[in-house]
Amino acid sequence: MENRIKTLFERKPDNLLSVYFTAGYPTLEATVPIILELEKNGVDLIEIGMPFSDPLADGPTIQQSSEIAIRNGMTIPKLFEQLQEIRKHTQLPLVLMGYLNPVMQYGVERFCQQAQEVGIDGIILPDLPLADYVREYKTIFEKYGLCKIFLVTPQTPEQRIREIDSHTNGFIYMVSSASVTGSTNGNAVINTDYFQRVKSMELRNPGIIGFGIHNNDTFTEACKHASGAIIGSAFIEALSKEGNLEENISTFIRGIREKV
Amino acid sequence: MNYKVDENGFYGKFGGAYVPEMLYPNVEELRRNYLEIIYEAGFQEELQALLKDYVGRPTPLYFAKRLSEKYNTNIYLKREDLNHTGAHKINNTVGQILLARRLGKTRIIAETGAGQHGVATATVCALMNMECIVYMGEVDIERQAPNVARMKMLGATVVPATSGSRTLKDATNEAIRDWINNPEDTYYIIGSVVGPHPYPDMVARFQAIISEEIKAQLKEKTGNENPDYVVACVGGGSNAAGAFYHYLDTPEVKLVAVEAAGLGVHSGESAATSVLGREGIIHGSRTLLIQTEDGQVTEPYSISAGLDYPGVGPLHAHLHQTGRAIFESITDEEALQAVLELTRLEGIIPALETAHALAAISRIGAKANEVVVINLSGRGDKDLTTYLERFDLNGK
Ligand SMILES: Cc1ncc(COP(=O)(O)O)c(C=O)c1O
Repeated sequence: MENRIKTLFERKPDNLLSVYFTAGYPTLEATVPIILELEKNGVDLIEIGMPFSDPLADGPTIQQSSEIAIRNGMTIPKLFEQLQEIRKHTQLPLVLMGYLNPVMQYGVERFCQQAQEVGIDGIILPDLPLADYVREYKTIFEKYGLCKIFLVTPQTPEQRIREIDSHTNGFIYMVSSASVTGSTNGNAVINTDYFQRVKSMELRNPGIIGFGIHNNDTFTEACKHASGAIIGSAFIEALSKEGNLEENISTFIRGIREKV
Repeated sequence: MNYKVDENGFYGKFGGAYVPEMLYPNVEELRRNYLEIIYEAGFQEELQALLKDYVGRPTPLYFAKRLSEKYNTNIYLKREDLNHTGAHKINNTVGQILLARRLGKTRIIAETGAGQHGVATATVCALMNMECIVYMGEVDIERQAPNVARMKMLGATVVPATSGSRTLKDATNEAIRDWINNPEDTYYIIGSVVGPHPYPDMVARFQAIISEEIKAQLKEKTGNENPDYVVACVGGGSNAAGAFYHYLDTPEVKLVAVEAAGLGVHSGESAATSVLGREGIIHGSRTLLIQTEDGQVTEPYSISAGLDYPGVGPLHAHLHQTGRAIFESITDEEALQAVLELTRLEGIIPALETAHALAAISRIGAKANEVVVINLSGRGDKDLTTYLERFDLNGK
């Protein structure tokens, strides 16, 4: 079967909105309702966060949502159970994002096999380095038709970006600036030189910009330099607001897509 | 069996550098350059001069006569407590700060548990006139207050880590996040043989001076450079790595690594990684890790802030797996008894961390003609509040 990430980029090469949320937050059973609501609001790609106790690359918002999700009882088996029927309801590309340790404990091959079975298209594991992926896991991910998505940053040398590009398929996750997730200070988002440098490399894979995207301005700016943008912490903050989930989600997504 | 790190940064199956891409350039820069920088003649000259005149090395190897009589064996104490700042930690910080300078970094960050590494880092930063930020768990800020005061005196900024168990693990998370946020001007001085390659190997090399000196001193005192046992406590494992280093390939020297059992190994309040841990990944390293079935890191516990860590360095995971080192675990209560014992028999007040190593003497069963070296990793000044609370000193 054709991978939905590839199809998406062929069909719609720009202004893609990808949204990250932590599975099990704000409540254990919110995973599927959030996915369906995001689809209804015209999101293009969804990243489902698998919570980890020690998320090194994440700022306070995702740390806290992870802590609550774990306390709510979210685990990898629980997540797969929730996603069992998801392909009956949506054809959006779905990506699982988390840290290596819980996946390792579950078993990498078992994880990939389950992911394929429920209809996952890609995996992001920020603390699994390229070399280790290529040496130990690449054949497994490919066997189960999963795109392994890698991050690049303003500090990543050109040669390494090319290496990442050659081992990955799906898209390249361009971290907007040197930071953990959720940072919105300073020149966090608009690192034009770096975006242009990557763009001019004419990579095999399209790029999406993430980290620090939190409103229409930052989203629009990011879309000028790449195929789209990823929003995480700002969306989780929206989920944390009073009121009902559906309204919070639709208000937030509208605020990203449309200039207020 | 090989106990040194291989070219990919592994000790057997443990080690590696499982870091997010944001840290890759920094870790890679370090990996490519550390050996060349450290063994360059000018670096060594500067390092050795500082170790001698500033840190106060070599530290004595002291024959503890009354302690030896009590256990009917021959116990030598390697006096790392007599280093400037009161623990072995400074052996590593003088080395890493010289390295940071050669890499052109201007801002220093560190994590600390007991505060000894924080103090040792703040000290060398004062010496070198560099900015210093130390991450420390809220719980540890409370229980190691004297070291917090010292760091502030030295001009360091102490930032509380408020997540998770609010101890060493969480301080390390915050330091790593700081490094991600400041990839260009900042150098991270890790305080133990943990973290991504090359840190475990680099820190072990800086601490290896401990066993280098033990060998020469023991030879002078007994005619034999090899003891029967070398005993050291293990938090991340840096003082143990230093005390074991030059004996790793000498199998007749038994290496004893002592972990904190907290309220008891199976009490649910423990930091005895070798017993409770499974292979996993923490702070960029594949190692033994105390974790749930789902791979979430378990919040550890020990009375000793420096041993209150859910992992061990990858070298120690390898020493455990291969059986090269014997692992013991000591409870809070046993450690406290050992504090009082050493204080009253030898007039030395040890750190709580170190007391775990001392408490293991009765476990190893050394014979009357055997020689035991215990690494006295640090002094107990920082723990006096705990000692006064726990010991009834009115009845003496
Ligand atoms: C005196 C002393 N000993 C031991 C340790 C434990 O660290 P490591 O296992 O790296 O030697 C510490 C840590 O703070 C310490 O202060």
